[in-house]
Amino acid sequence: MLPREYYDAIQLTPEGQLKHFLTIEGLPPQLLTEILDTADSFVDMNAQQVKKVPLLRGKTVANLFFEASTRTLSTFELAAKRLSADVLNLNISTSSTSKGETLKDTLMTLQAMHCDMFVVRHSASGAAHFIAQHVTPDVAVINAGDGRHAHPTQAMLDMLTIRQHKGDFKNLKVAIVGDILHSRVARSEIHALRILGANEIRVIAPATLLPKHIESLGVKVFTEMSRGLRDVDVVIMLRLQRERMQTALLPSESEFYSLYGLTENKLAYAKPDAIVMHPGPINRGVEIESRVADGPRSVILNQVTNGIAVRMAVMSMAMSGQLNTQSSSFTESSARTESL
Amino acid sequence: MVSGHLNAENLLESVTQELRVQMTHRDLNDPIMIGIRTGGVWLAERLHAALNLSSPLGVLDISFYRDDFSQSGLNPKVQPTQLPCPTEGRDLILVDDVIMSGRTIRAAMNELFDYGRPASILLVTLIDLQHRHLPIQPDVVGERLTLGEDQQIKLSGPFPLALEIRNRS
Repeated sequence: MLPREYYDAIQLTPEGQLKHFLTIEGLPPQLLTEILDTADSFVDMNAQQVKKVPLLRGKTVANLFFEASTRTLSTFELAAKRLSADVLNLNISTSSTSKGETLKDTLMTLQAMHCDMFVVRHSASGAAHFIAQHVTPDVAVINAGDGRHAHPTQAMLDMLTIRQHKGDFKNLKVAIVGDILHSRVARSEIHALRILGANEIRVIAPATLLPKHIESLGVKVFTEMSRGLRDVDVVIMLRLQRERMQTALLPSESEFYSLYGLTENKLAYAKPDAIVMHPGPINRGVEIESRVADGPRSVILNQVTNGIAVRMAVMSMAMSGQLNTQSSSFTESSARTESL
Repeated sequence: MVSGHLNAENLLESVTQELRVQMTHRDLNDPIMIGIRTGGVWLAERLHAALNLSSPLGVLDISFYRDDFSQSGLNPKVQPTQLPCPTEGRDLILVDDVIMSGRTIRAAMNELFDYGRPASILLVTLIDLQHRHLPIQPDVVGERLTLGEDQQIKLSGPFPLALEIRNRS
Protein backbone atom coordinates (compact mmCIF):
# COMPACT_ATOMS: atom_id res chain seq x y z
CA MET A 1 0.00 0.00 0.00
CA LEU A 2 1.27 3.44 -0.90
CA PRO A 3 1.89 6.04 1.78
CA ARG A 4 -0.81 8.51 2.69
CA GLU A 5 1.07 11.55 1.30
CA TYR A 6 0.90 9.96 -2.12
CA TYR A 7 -2.88 10.05 -2.16
CA ASP A 8 -3.00 13.59 -0.82
CA ALA A 9 -0.62 14.82 -3.48
CA ILE A 10 -2.46 13.21 -6.33
CA GLN A 11 -6.02 13.93 -5.19
CA LEU A 12 -5.76 17.44 -3.82
CA THR A 13 -4.62 20.82 -5.13
CA PRO A 14 -1.97 22.66 -3.09
CA GLU A 15 -4.88 24.60 -1.51
CA GLY A 16 -6.49 21.33 -0.40
CA GLN A 17 -9.30 21.32 -2.98
CA LEU A 18 -10.33 18.05 -4.54
CA LYS A 19 -9.04 17.58 -8.12
CA HIS A 20 -9.37 13.79 -8.46
CA PHE A 21 -11.46 11.49 -6.28
CA LEU A 22 -9.65 8.15 -6.10
CA THR A 23 -9.86 7.01 -2.50
CA ILE A 24 -11.19 8.16 0.87
CA GLU A 25 -7.94 7.21 2.56
CA GLY A 26 -5.88 10.17 3.67
CA LEU A 27 -8.56 12.81 3.08
CA PRO A 28 -9.16 15.31 5.89
CA PRO A 29 -12.49 15.14 7.79
CA GLN A 30 -13.40 18.69 6.68
CA LEU A 31 -13.24 17.65 3.05
CA LEU A 32 -15.54 14.66 3.64
CA THR A 33 -17.96 16.95 5.46
CA GLU A 34 -17.78 19.43 2.58
CA ILE A 35 -18.68 16.63 0.15
CA LEU A 36 -21.66 15.65 2.33
CA ASP A 37 -22.84 19.27 2.70
CA THR A 38 -22.56 19.88 -1.03
CA ALA A 39 -24.40 16.62 -1.72
CA ASP A 40 -27.19 17.71 0.64
CA SER A 41 -27.76 20.76 -1.55
CA PHE A 42 -28.06 18.52 -4.58
CA VAL A 43 -30.50 16.21 -2.75
CA ASP A 44 -32.83 19.21 -2.42
CA MET A 45 -32.26 20.17 -6.04
CA ASN A 46 -32.96 16.65 -7.29
CA ALA A 47 -36.39 16.78 -5.67
CA GLN A 48 -37.29 19.96 -7.58
CA GLN A 49 -39.30 20.48 -10.70
CA VAL A 50 -36.18 21.53 -12.67
CA LYS A 51 -33.42 18.99 -12.04
CA LYS A 52 -30.62 20.63 -13.96
CA VAL A 53 -27.98 23.21 -13.14
CA PRO A 54 -25.30 24.63 -15.44
CA LEU A 55 -22.20 23.92 -13.30
CA LEU A 56 -20.55 21.60 -15.85
CA ARG A 57 -21.97 23.18 -18.98
CA GLY A 58 -19.58 22.76 -21.91
CA LYS A 59 -17.65 19.97 -20.15
CA THR A 60 -17.45 16.41 -21.40
CA VAL A 61 -17.55 13.52 -18.97
CA ALA A 62 -16.49 10.07 -20.17
CA ASN A 63 -17.68 7.11 -18.13
CA LEU A 64 -14.99 4.48 -18.71
CA PHE A 65 -16.44 1.22 -17.50
CA PHE A 66 -14.00 -1.63 -17.91
CA GLU A 67 -16.29 -3.74 -15.73
CA ALA A 68 -20.05 -4.21 -15.91
CA SER A 69 -22.24 -1.96 -13.80
CA THR A 70 -25.80 -0.76 -14.01
CA ARG A 71 -26.60 1.42 -11.04
CA THR A 72 -23.21 3.05 -10.65
CA LEU A 73 -23.02 3.86 -14.35
CA SER A 74 -26.58 5.14 -14.56
CA THR A 75 -26.28 7.32 -11.45
CA PHE A 76 -22.98 8.78 -12.69
CA GLU A 77 -24.60 9.44 -16.05
CA LEU A 78 -27.61 11.10 -14.50
CA ALA A 79 -25.39 13.13 -12.15
CA ALA A 80 -23.30 14.44 -15.04
CA LYS A 81 -26.39 15.26 -17.10
CA ARG A 82 -28.02 17.10 -14.22
CA LEU A 83 -24.86 19.21 -14.03
CA SER A 84 -25.33 19.96 -17.77
CA ALA A 85 -22.22 18.06 -18.93
CA ASP A 86 -22.07 16.10 -22.16
CA VAL A 87 -21.74 12.43 -21.32
CA LEU A 88 -20.01 9.63 -23.14
CA ASN A 89 -20.57 6.09 -21.83
CA LEU A 90 -17.89 3.65 -22.87
CA ASN A 91 -18.29 0.02 -22.10
CA ILE A 92 -14.66 -0.82 -22.73
CA SER A 93 -14.82 -4.43 -21.61
CA THR A 94 -16.53 -5.16 -24.89
CA SER A 95 -14.65 -2.83 -27.23
CA SER A 96 -11.04 -1.80 -27.78
CA THR A 97 -9.36 -3.87 -25.09
CA SER A 98 -10.73 -7.00 -26.72
CA LYS A 99 -8.94 -5.81 -29.87
CA GLY A 100 -5.68 -5.63 -27.94
CA GLU A 101 -5.43 -1.91 -27.18
CA THR A 102 -3.61 -1.11 -23.93
CA LEU A 103 -5.15 1.00 -21.18
CA LYS A 104 -2.73 3.81 -21.91
CA ASP A 105 -3.58 3.86 -25.62
CA THR A 106 -7.31 3.86 -24.86
CA LEU A 107 -6.69 6.77 -22.52
CA MET A 108 -4.70 8.78 -25.04
CA THR A 109 -7.40 8.24 -27.66
CA LEU A 110 -10.03 9.58 -25.27
CA GLN A 111 -7.84 12.51 -24.31
CA ALA A 112 -7.54 13.44 -27.95
CA MET A 113 -11.34 13.82 -27.90
CA HIS A 114 -10.86 16.55 -25.25
CA CYS A 115 -12.81 14.98 -22.44
CA ASP A 116 -12.65 16.93 -19.16
CA MET A 117 -13.42 14.14 -16.73
CA PHE A 118 -12.98 10.38 -16.63
CA VAL A 119 -15.16 8.28 -14.38
CA VAL A 120 -13.37 4.95 -14.14
CA ARG A 121 -14.55 1.50 -13.11
CA HIS A 122 -12.00 -1.28 -13.46
CA SER A 123 -11.50 -4.78 -12.10
CA ALA A 124 -7.84 -4.08 -11.27
CA SER A 125 -7.00 -2.34 -7.99
CA GLY A 126 -5.18 0.92 -8.65
CA ALA A 127 -6.55 1.46 -12.18
CA ALA A 128 -7.99 4.89 -11.37
CA HIS A 129 -4.67 5.97 -9.80
CA PHE A 130 -2.83 4.81 -12.89
CA ILE A 131 -5.15 6.84 -15.09
CA ALA A 132 -4.90 9.92 -12.85
CA GLN A 133 -1.12 9.74 -13.15
CA HIS A 134 -1.17 9.50 -16.92
CA VAL A 135 -3.88 11.95 -17.96
CA THR A 136 -3.04 15.54 -18.88
CA PRO A 137 -3.17 17.82 -15.83
CA ASP A 138 -6.53 19.39 -16.68
CA VAL A 139 -8.52 16.14 -16.65
CA ALA A 140 -10.29 15.09 -13.43
CA VAL A 141 -10.49 11.39 -12.60
CA ILE A 142 -13.20 9.89 -10.41
CA ASN A 143 -12.88 6.33 -9.15
CA ALA A 144 -16.13 4.42 -9.66
CA GLY A 145 -14.66 1.23 -8.17
CA ASP A 146 -11.27 -0.42 -8.71
CA GLY A 147 -10.82 -4.11 -7.99
CA ARG A 148 -10.89 -4.83 -4.27
CA HIS A 149 -9.35 -1.46 -3.45
CA ALA A 150 -11.86 1.37 -3.22
CA HIS A 151 -15.29 2.63 -4.19
CA PRO A 152 -15.20 6.10 -2.68
CA THR A 153 -18.46 7.53 -4.08
CA GLN A 154 -20.39 4.51 -2.77
CA ALA A 155 -18.86 5.04 0.67
CA MET A 156 -19.76 8.74 0.61
CA LEU A 157 -23.36 8.10 -0.42
CA ASP A 158 -23.57 5.65 2.47
CA MET A 159 -22.15 8.29 4.83
CA LEU A 160 -24.75 10.77 3.54
CA THR A 161 -27.52 8.22 4.16
CA ILE A 162 -26.23 7.54 7.68
CA ARG A 163 -25.94 11.27 8.45
CA GLN A 164 -29.49 11.92 7.22
CA HIS A 165 -30.89 9.25 9.54
CA LYS A 166 -28.56 9.44 12.52
CA GLY A 167 -27.05 12.93 12.53
CA ASP A 168 -23.60 12.90 14.06
CA PHE A 169 -21.18 9.98 13.61
CA LYS A 170 -19.59 10.27 17.06
CA ASN A 171 -21.88 7.94 18.98
CA LEU A 172 -22.54 5.44 16.24
CA LYS A 173 -21.81 1.74 16.19
CA VAL A 174 -21.76 0.48 12.61
CA ALA A 175 -21.60 -3.15 11.50
CA ILE A 176 -20.52 -4.17 8.00
CA VAL A 177 -21.68 -7.71 7.23
CA GLY A 178 -20.77 -10.31 4.62
CA ASP A 179 -18.17 -10.61 1.90
CA ILE A 180 -15.56 -8.22 3.32
CA LEU A 181 -12.75 -10.01 1.46
CA HIS A 182 -13.86 -8.97 -2.02
CA SER A 183 -15.48 -5.70 -1.06
CA ARG A 184 -13.99 -2.39 -2.14
CA VAL A 185 -17.12 -0.82 -0.68
CA ALA A 186 -16.25 -2.16 2.79
CA ARG A 187 -12.71 -0.76 2.62
CA SER A 188 -13.86 2.70 1.58
CA GLU A 189 -16.61 2.68 4.19
CA ILE A 190 -14.19 1.74 6.97
CA HIS A 191 -11.90 4.64 6.01
CA ALA A 192 -14.80 7.09 5.77
CA LEU A 193 -16.31 6.03 9.10
CA ARG A 194 -12.95 6.34 10.81
CA ILE A 195 -12.22 9.77 9.37
CA LEU A 196 -15.71 11.01 10.29
CA GLY A 197 -15.20 9.74 13.84
CA ALA A 198 -17.64 6.82 14.20
CA ASN A 199 -17.55 5.38 17.71
CA GLU A 200 -17.16 1.75 16.71
CA ILE A 201 -16.79 -0.04 13.38
CA ARG A 202 -17.44 -3.78 13.25
CA VAL A 203 -17.09 -6.31 10.50
CA ILE A 204 -19.05 -9.55 10.64
CA ALA A 205 -18.15 -12.40 8.29
CA PRO A 206 -17.01 -16.01 8.12
CA ALA A 207 -13.23 -16.28 8.49
CA THR A 208 -12.89 -17.24 4.80
CA LEU A 209 -14.42 -13.93 3.72
CA LEU A 210 -12.27 -11.71 5.93
CA PRO A 211 -9.05 -10.20 4.56
CA LYS A 212 -5.92 -10.79 6.61
CA HIS A 213 -5.00 -8.03 9.09
CA ILE A 214 -8.38 -6.31 8.71
CA GLU A 215 -8.06 -5.30 12.41
CA SER A 216 -5.25 -2.95 11.42
CA LEU A 217 -7.87 -0.68 9.82
CA GLY A 218 -9.30 -0.10 13.28
CA VAL A 219 -12.30 -2.42 13.17
CA LYS A 220 -13.60 -5.06 15.58
CA VAL A 221 -13.97 -8.47 13.99
CA PHE A 222 -16.92 -10.77 14.68
CA THR A 223 -17.77 -14.11 13.14
CA GLU A 224 -21.23 -14.43 14.73
CA MET A 225 -24.18 -12.21 13.90
CA SER A 226 -25.71 -12.49 17.39
CA ARG A 227 -22.64 -10.89 18.97
CA GLY A 228 -21.65 -8.57 16.15
CA LEU A 229 -25.07 -6.96 15.70
CA ARG A 230 -25.65 -6.30 19.38
CA ASP A 231 -26.61 -2.64 19.95
CA VAL A 232 -25.48 -1.37 16.56
CA ASP A 233 -27.10 1.74 15.03
CA VAL A 234 -26.35 0.92 11.41
CA VAL A 235 -26.17 -2.44 9.59
CA ILE A 236 -24.47 -2.40 6.20
CA MET A 237 -24.98 -5.62 4.26
CA LEU A 238 -22.63 -6.47 1.40
CA ARG A 239 -23.33 -8.42 -1.74
CA LEU A 240 -21.81 -11.89 -1.97
CA GLN A 241 -19.41 -11.49 -4.89
CA ARG A 242 -19.67 -14.93 -6.40
CA GLU A 243 -18.03 -13.72 -9.63
CA ARG A 244 -14.83 -12.90 -7.75
CA MET A 245 -14.63 -16.14 -5.78
CA GLN A 246 -12.09 -18.36 -7.46
CA THR A 247 -11.95 -21.00 -4.76
CA ALA A 248 -14.56 -22.63 -2.56
CA LEU A 249 -14.85 -20.01 0.18
CA LEU A 250 -18.38 -20.95 1.11
CA PRO A 251 -20.04 -24.34 1.59
CA SER A 252 -23.31 -23.08 0.07
CA GLU A 253 -25.44 -19.98 -0.28
CA SER A 254 -28.11 -21.45 1.94
CA GLU A 255 -25.63 -22.08 4.73
CA PHE A 256 -24.32 -18.53 4.36
CA TYR A 257 -27.88 -17.24 4.57
CA SER A 258 -28.65 -19.24 7.71
CA LEU A 259 -25.54 -17.88 9.45
CA TYR A 260 -25.07 -14.38 8.00
CA GLY A 261 -28.25 -13.50 6.11
CA LEU A 262 -30.03 -10.53 7.67
CA THR A 263 -33.43 -11.74 8.85
CA GLU A 264 -35.85 -9.99 11.17
CA ASN A 265 -34.76 -12.35 13.93
CA LYS A 266 -31.11 -11.38 13.60
CA LEU A 267 -31.92 -7.71 13.17
CA ALA A 268 -33.55 -7.86 16.60
CA TYR A 269 -30.04 -7.88 18.14
CA ALA A 270 -29.42 -4.37 16.80
CA LYS A 271 -30.85 -1.23 18.34
CA PRO A 272 -34.62 -0.84 17.76
CA ASP A 273 -34.02 2.20 15.54
CA ALA A 274 -31.11 0.69 13.61
CA ILE A 275 -31.13 1.29 9.85
CA VAL A 276 -30.34 -1.36 7.24
CA MET A 277 -28.25 -0.56 4.18
CA HIS A 278 -27.06 -2.46 1.12
CA PRO A 279 -25.05 -1.12 -1.84
CA GLY A 280 -27.06 -3.27 -4.27
CA PRO A 281 -27.80 -5.25 -6.26
CA ILE A 282 -29.37 -7.25 -3.44
CA ASN A 283 -29.59 -11.04 -3.47
CA ARG A 284 -32.83 -11.75 -1.64
CA GLY A 285 -32.60 -14.90 0.41
CA VAL A 286 -28.78 -14.90 0.21
CA GLU A 287 -27.68 -11.81 2.13
CA ILE A 288 -30.99 -10.38 3.21
CA GLU A 289 -34.56 -11.43 3.87
CA SER A 290 -37.20 -9.72 1.71
CA ARG A 291 -39.11 -8.59 4.80
CA VAL A 292 -36.00 -6.73 5.97
CA ALA A 293 -35.04 -5.35 2.55
CA ASP A 294 -38.55 -3.97 2.04
CA GLY A 295 -39.17 -3.21 5.70
CA PRO A 296 -39.44 0.12 7.51
CA ARG A 297 -35.82 0.11 8.67
CA SER A 298 -34.41 -0.41 5.18
CA VAL A 299 -32.89 2.72 3.60
CA ILE A 300 -31.66 0.94 0.48
CA LEU A 301 -33.62 3.13 -1.94
CA ASN A 302 -32.48 6.30 -0.11
CA GLN A 303 -28.96 5.15 -0.89
CA VAL A 304 -29.74 5.11 -4.61
CA THR A 305 -31.25 8.61 -4.48
CA ASN A 306 -28.27 9.90 -2.48
CA GLY A 307 -25.91 8.30 -4.99
CA ILE A 308 -26.86 10.87 -7.62
CA ALA A 309 -26.41 13.79 -5.22
CA VAL A 310 -23.02 12.58 -3.95
CA ARG A 311 -21.77 12.02 -7.48
CA MET A 312 -22.92 15.50 -8.50
CA ALA A 313 -21.07 16.93 -5.50
CA VAL A 314 -17.82 15.09 -6.19
CA MET A 315 -17.90 15.85 -9.91
CA SER A 316 -18.52 19.56 -9.46
CA MET A 317 -15.91 19.84 -6.68
CA ALA A 318 -13.24 18.01 -8.68
CA MET A 319 -13.96 20.07 -11.80
CA SER A 320 -13.81 23.25 -9.74
CA GLY A 321 -10.45 22.14 -8.31
CA GLN A 322 -9.11 21.40 -11.79
CA LEU A 323 -10.24 24.73 -13.22
CA ASN A 324 -8.78 26.50 -10.21
CA THR A 325 -5.40 24.87 -10.75
CA GLN A 326 -5.41 26.02 -14.36
CA SER A 327 -6.35 29.59 -13.54
CA SER A 328 -4.34 30.08 -10.35
CA SER A 329 -2.92 33.24 -11.89
CA PHE A 330 -6.45 34.60 -12.28
CA THR A 331 -6.85 37.85 -10.40
CA GLU A 332 -10.07 38.43 -8.54
CA SER A 333 -12.38 40.91 -10.24
CA SER A 334 -13.11 44.13 -8.44
CA ALA A 335 -16.47 42.89 -7.17
CA ARG A 336 -16.90 44.14 -3.67
CA THR A 337 -20.29 43.19 -2.41
CA GLU A 338 -21.90 40.98 -4.96
CA SER A 339 -21.05 37.38 -4.60
CA LEU A 340 -20.43 37.08 -8.33
CA MET B 1 -16.41 57.96 -1.14
CA VAL B 2 -19.23 57.58 1.33
CA SER B 3 -19.10 56.78 4.97
CA GLY B 4 -21.27 55.92 7.93
CA HIS B 5 -24.71 54.38 7.85
CA LEU B 6 -27.53 54.63 5.38
CA ASN B 7 -31.02 54.28 6.73
CA ALA B 8 -32.16 51.01 5.18
CA GLU B 9 -35.70 51.31 6.51
CA ASN B 10 -36.12 54.73 4.86
CA LEU B 11 -34.70 53.38 1.61
CA LEU B 12 -37.12 50.46 1.75
CA GLU B 13 -39.98 52.91 2.21
CA SER B 14 -39.00 54.87 -0.90
CA VAL B 15 -38.49 51.64 -2.87
CA THR B 16 -41.98 50.51 -1.84
CA GLN B 17 -43.52 53.75 -3.10
CA GLU B 18 -41.57 53.73 -6.34
CA LEU B 19 -42.47 50.08 -6.95
CA ARG B 20 -46.15 50.84 -6.38
CA VAL B 21 -45.93 53.58 -9.04
CA GLN B 22 -44.15 51.25 -11.45
CA MET B 23 -46.71 48.49 -10.93
CA THR B 24 -49.56 50.86 -11.75
CA HIS B 25 -47.65 52.28 -14.70
CA ARG B 26 -46.96 48.79 -16.10
CA ASP B 27 -50.38 47.48 -15.21
CA LEU B 28 -49.05 44.60 -13.09
CA ASN B 29 -52.12 43.22 -11.35
CA ASP B 30 -50.92 39.95 -9.90
CA PRO B 31 -47.13 39.75 -10.12
CA ILE B 32 -44.99 37.05 -8.44
CA MET B 33 -42.33 38.54 -6.19
CA ILE B 34 -39.05 36.61 -5.99
CA GLY B 35 -36.19 37.41 -3.61
CA ILE B 36 -32.57 36.38 -4.18
CA ARG B 37 -31.03 34.72 -1.15
CA THR B 38 -30.16 36.12 1.40
CA GLY B 39 -30.54 39.90 1.51
CA GLY B 40 -32.96 39.99 -1.39
CA VAL B 41 -35.31 37.62 0.44
CA TRP B 42 -35.42 39.89 3.50
CA LEU B 43 -36.37 42.84 1.28
CA ALA B 44 -38.84 40.79 -0.76
CA GLU B 45 -40.63 39.62 2.40
CA ARG B 46 -41.11 43.23 3.50
CA LEU B 47 -42.16 44.45 0.05
CA HIS B 48 -44.53 41.51 -0.39
CA ALA B 49 -46.29 42.38 2.86
CA ALA B 50 -46.32 46.15 2.24
CA LEU B 51 -47.81 45.77 -1.25
CA ASN B 52 -50.23 43.08 -0.11
CA LEU B 53 -49.45 40.81 -3.08
CA SER B 54 -51.70 37.79 -3.46
CA SER B 55 -49.29 35.32 -5.16
CA PRO B 56 -46.93 33.68 -2.66
CA LEU B 57 -43.32 34.83 -2.38
CA GLY B 58 -40.60 32.94 -4.29
CA VAL B 59 -37.02 32.41 -3.14
CA LEU B 60 -34.09 31.99 -5.51
CA ASP B 61 -30.67 30.55 -4.66
CA ILE B 62 -28.40 31.23 -7.60
CA SER B 63 -25.32 29.40 -6.28
CA PHE B 64 -25.56 26.65 -8.88
CA TYR B 65 -25.84 29.24 -11.67
CA ARG B 66 -22.80 31.32 -10.76
CA ASP B 67 -20.28 31.98 -13.51
CA ASP B 68 -17.27 31.94 -11.19
CA PHE B 69 -17.64 28.64 -9.39
CA SER B 70 -14.27 27.54 -10.71
CA GLN B 71 -12.59 30.45 -8.94
CA SER B 72 -14.49 30.52 -5.70
CA GLY B 73 -15.63 26.90 -5.42
CA LEU B 74 -19.12 25.88 -4.53
CA ASN B 75 -20.86 27.08 -1.44
CA PRO B 76 -21.57 23.71 0.15
CA LYS B 77 -24.72 24.91 1.90
CA VAL B 78 -26.89 25.88 -1.03
CA GLN B 79 -30.52 26.06 -0.05
CA PRO B 80 -33.16 25.09 -2.57
CA THR B 81 -34.89 27.53 -4.85
CA GLN B 82 -38.58 27.71 -3.99
CA LEU B 83 -40.99 28.96 -6.59
CA PRO B 84 -44.40 28.23 -5.07
CA CYS B 85 -46.40 28.75 -8.27
CA PRO B 86 -45.69 28.36 -12.00
CA THR B 87 -43.91 31.37 -13.49
CA GLU B 88 -44.79 30.58 -17.11
CA GLY B 89 -46.48 33.62 -18.65
CA ARG B 90 -46.48 35.59 -15.36
CA ASP B 91 -45.09 39.02 -14.48
CA LEU B 92 -42.19 38.67 -12.06
CA ILE B 93 -40.66 41.17 -9.65
CA LEU B 94 -37.07 40.18 -8.87
CA VAL B 95 -35.62 41.63 -5.66
CA ASP B 96 -31.99 41.86 -4.51
CA ASP B 97 -30.22 44.00 -1.93
CA VAL B 98 -27.28 45.26 -4.01
CA ILE B 99 -26.46 45.35 -7.71
CA MET B 100 -22.97 45.98 -8.99
CA SER B 101 -21.52 43.86 -11.81
CA GLY B 102 -24.97 42.53 -12.75
CA ARG B 103 -23.73 38.94 -12.72
CA THR B 104 -26.03 37.85 -9.89
CA ILE B 105 -29.04 39.08 -11.86
CA ARG B 106 -27.75 37.33 -15.00
CA ALA B 107 -27.55 34.08 -13.03
CA ALA B 108 -30.99 34.66 -11.48
CA MET B 109 -32.61 35.25 -14.87
CA ASN B 110 -30.98 32.12 -16.30
CA GLU B 111 -32.38 30.11 -13.43
CA LEU B 112 -35.84 31.69 -13.78
CA PHE B 113 -35.94 30.82 -17.47
CA ASP B 114 -35.26 27.18 -16.61
CA TYR B 115 -38.64 27.22 -14.85
CA GLY B 116 -40.56 28.68 -17.79
CA ARG B 117 -40.97 31.80 -19.89
CA PRO B 118 -42.21 34.70 -17.78
CA ALA B 119 -44.24 37.50 -19.40
CA SER B 120 -41.93 40.11 -17.88
CA ILE B 121 -39.33 40.66 -15.16
CA LEU B 122 -39.02 43.89 -13.19
CA LEU B 123 -35.84 44.36 -11.14
CA VAL B 124 -35.77 46.03 -7.72
CA THR B 125 -32.59 46.69 -5.72
CA LEU B 126 -32.03 48.67 -2.56
CA ILE B 127 -28.54 49.83 -3.55
CA ASP B 128 -26.90 50.32 -6.94
CA LEU B 129 -23.10 50.42 -6.75
CA GLN B 130 -22.75 50.86 -10.53
CA HIS B 131 -19.55 49.37 -12.08
CA ARG B 132 -21.69 47.13 -14.29
CA HIS B 133 -20.05 44.30 -16.28
CA LEU B 134 -23.28 43.41 -18.09
CA PRO B 135 -26.06 45.40 -19.76
CA ILE B 136 -28.53 44.95 -16.88
CA GLN B 137 -30.23 47.88 -15.10
CA PRO B 138 -32.64 47.89 -12.16
CA ASP B 139 -36.11 49.37 -12.68
CA VAL B 140 -36.47 50.50 -9.08
CA VAL B 141 -33.49 51.59 -6.93
CA GLY B 142 -33.29 52.92 -3.38
CA GLU B 143 -29.92 54.65 -3.64
CA ARG B 144 -27.03 54.90 -6.10
CA LEU B 145 -23.60 54.92 -4.48
CA THR B 146 -19.98 55.04 -5.53
CA LEU B 147 -17.76 53.24 -3.06
CA GLY B 148 -14.04 53.70 -2.63
CA GLU B 149 -11.72 50.90 -3.71
CA ASP B 150 -11.32 49.62 -0.16
CA GLN B 151 -14.95 49.94 0.88
CA GLN B 152 -17.74 47.40 0.98
CA ILE B 153 -21.39 47.50 1.93
CA LYS B 154 -23.33 44.99 3.98
CA LEU B 155 -27.02 44.57 4.62
CA SER B 156 -28.06 42.95 7.87
CA GLY B 157 -31.57 41.83 8.75
CA PRO B 158 -34.20 40.63 8.51
CA PHE B 159 -35.64 43.01 11.11
CA PRO B 160 -34.69 45.77 11.34
CA LEU B 161 -32.83 46.14 8.06
CA ALA B 162 -29.53 47.98 8.41
CA LEU B 163 -26.86 48.98 5.91
CA GLU B 164 -23.28 49.43 6.91
CA ILE B 165 -20.35 50.67 4.84
CA ARG B 166 -17.06 49.25 6.00
CA ASN B 167 -13.46 49.74 5.11
CA ARG B 168 -11.80 46.51 4.15
CA SER B 169 -9.12 45.59 6.61
